[in-house]
Amino acid sequence: MPNDTKILNGASHRSLLSKQDAHTQKRNSAEKRFRIYGMVALSIGVLFLIFLFASILRSGLPAFTQTVVNVEFVVSQEEFNKAESKMLKTKAYQDIFVAALNAELEKRNVEIAYDKKTIERIVGKPGGTIRSYFTEDPSRVGRLAAFELTASSRVDGYFNGRVTRESLVDSRFLKAVDLDLVDALHASGIIRQAFNWNFITGTDSGVDNPGGAGLGASVIGSFFMMLVVLFLSLPIGVAASIYLEEFAPKNRWTDFIEVNISNLAAVPSIVFGILGLAVFIQFAGLPQSAPLVGGLVLTLMTLPTIIISTRASLAAVPPSIRDAALGVGASKMQSVFHHVLPLAMPGILTGTIIGLAQALGETAPLLLIGMVGFVAREYPDGFMSGFTDANSAMPAQIYTWASRADPGFYEKAWGGIIILLLFLITMNAIAIILRRRFERRW
Amino acid sequence: MREEINVETDVAVNNVKISAKDVQVFYGDNHAIKDVTVEIEDKTVTAFIGPSGCGKSTFLRCINRMNDTIDVCRVVGDIRIDGENIYDPKIDPVQLRAKVGMVFQKPNPFPKSIYDNVAYGPRIHGLARNKAELDEIVERSLRSGAIWDEVKDRLHAPGTGLSGGQQQRLCIARAIATEPNVLLMDEPCSALDPIATAQVEELIDELRRSYSVVIVTHSMQQAARVSQKTAFFHLGSLVEYGETSAIFTNPIDPRTESYITGRIG
Ligand SMILES: Nc1ncnc2c1ncn2[C@@H]1O[C@H](COP(=O)(O)OP(=O)(O)O)[C@@H](O)[C@H]1O
Ligand SMILES: [Mg+2]
Repeated sequence: MPNDTKILNGASHRSLLSKQDAHTQKRNSAEKRFRIYGMVALSIGVLFLIFLFASILRSGLPAFTQTVVNVEFVVSQEEFNKAESKMLKTKAYQDIFVAALNAELEKRNVEIAYDKKTIERIVGKPGGTIRSYFTEDPSRVGRLAAFELTASSRVDGYFNGRVTRESLVDSRFLKAVDLDLVDALHASGIIRQAFNWNFITGTDSGVDNPGGAGLGASVIGSFFMMLVVLFLSLPIGVAASIYLEEFAPKNRWTDFIEVNISNLAAVPSIVFGILGLAVFIQFAGLPQSAPLVGGLVLTLMTLPTIIISTRASLAAVPPSIRDAALGVGASKMQSVFHHVLPLAMPGILTGTIIGLAQALGETAPLLLIGMVGFVAREYPDGFMSGFTDANSAMPAQIYTWASRADPGFYEKAWGGIIILLLFLITMNAIAIILRRRFERRW
Repeated sequence: MREEINVETDVAVNNVKISAKDVQVFYGDNHAIKDVTVEIEDKTVTAFIGPSGCGKSTFLRCINRMNDTIDVCRVVGDIRIDGENIYDPKIDPVQLRAKVGMVFQKPNPFPKSIYDNVAYGPRIHGLARNKAELDEIVERSLRSGAIWDEVKDRLHAPGTGLSGGQQQRLCIARAIATEPNVLLMDEPCSALDPIATAQVEELIDELRRSYSVVIVTHSMQQAARVSQKTAFFHLGSLVEYGETSAIFTNPIDPRTESYITGRIG
């Protein structure tokens, strides 16, 4: 009998639960609505990200390719002697080149009318390049020589869709009719797209030559700046944080310092730039546009970030660990260096790398110390001069390209952004790997 | 008459290890310990009991100068271990803490291997000349901590992977490894289940043979089970101190009686 009542009670209970009352219904639908808001917000974010990456890739990838003209020909000893005896030597080689191109076209049964000027407009004047190829090593005379010559930036633009026949109507650099020859050369395989190594390894070119512009020198500039930032801000930042967090007495002074470190982290970076200009260049007399000065300025900017993240990760180490170490007779310093610091290391490293990544992409302070606008035409000669020789840096170089008139530089700027992003992604990946590795030890 | 003689021989056998005189502790303006004078004996378990916030932990932490690490804390008075004033400026608190081991409320093994947990103290104090000696210290300490049999096959597994009771015994072994004279334990069983508590209590009884053990506990049953001497603290003062059996069966002070009978919580 008592069993029966229990079952009955249970049944009525269940029916109570299966029927939702108004309050529960309202609560459930509020919950559902909130989940939908969240998903919508997330999708918007993801969409923006996809859009951003798609547009960067679309605009930037052409910077990694270039249009080249492939021609093979033999210069006989007789031709060489004849060309070298002329007054206008490079002109003679230019003629040899045009003849070779002609022969190439004939060989492939392409019939098209053009003049020498057209070829000049497509590949510029390669006579000098060809001459130096043979004069450098005269044994090359009489043997088959293969040349890969860079086409002008407008031809490049034609293949990337930046230049059209309509846009060339009254251009004096490349005429619309020239594109017939370009098409013919392209169809016969003489003109083709090749990977633009020069964009990665090369140095900056002048304002009128977007085709030859490379990011290499400014990557090196950024590298030296990051060395300065890393080797100054990591030790200084970590030492300051350890002192503040573990040793300093808690009084009005340390409170004041703490508040100001947080304030420094929020100071606009251009302020650090003008500080660097005043202190490092005008007062200390360090060279302008030098990665050393850039690194010092970025160190100032990165320090608060590193101090804040280091202090946060030190504070996250449970106090019981410090007690345990002190309890077995470790000194304060031993407890910090043997126990607290290793536990805080993943956080410190992550903070440092994020600080470095921020510094790597920072442009405004470089504007004021003369790294933006400096045309980095050369690599530094050695390790030490890497710090002191004027150079550009990746974001500064991108900024410089973006502000140049020739539309050819536009795609270079986007390409530069791709490389910059690759560096940032790599740094973040390193941060994640280091963090994992450290965490596994414990 | 006979009673008196007994008491006298007791004192003769259990010589004084720690003697505190007129100890005051201030946290800023908060007067947390007031005029505490007590003599703690060697090879004895002394229990500190009293309601929460009465200063048991504070007084315990005075004995190994752990209070030095708290900025606002100020200790006045005189605490002697084996006749030496530990607040003498010549005393190095770091060295003192190797001689006065401490076990905390929450088991706090280092996030390292079991071996490294125990070996850390001897390493930083240079107690072992070579690996073999260190191995020996580790084994001896783990045996004294009554945990050797459970961990001998996984000395290089992380100490944080042990159960709560095992972790606490590991912490006791870690404290023993630096060859202390005194062991301070601040509610060592409050985070443990009854079985682990029983194991640790049994261990404390063992440790009495070699050390002077001071244990803070909020459980009167525990104090009655493990200790020979009991000190009752109330609002920062030491109210009553004496043989555990006497305190529990025949308290002199009315406050002690109310606490034991459950009227002060
Ligand atoms: N780190 C500290 N800073 C300031 N006051 C403290 C600190 N630790 C304890 N106190 C104060 O000292 C008094 C005694 O605390 P404590 O010794 O922890 O008591 P118990 O261990 O008996 O519960 C309490 O009033 C407490 O607020
Ligand atoms: Mg306490």
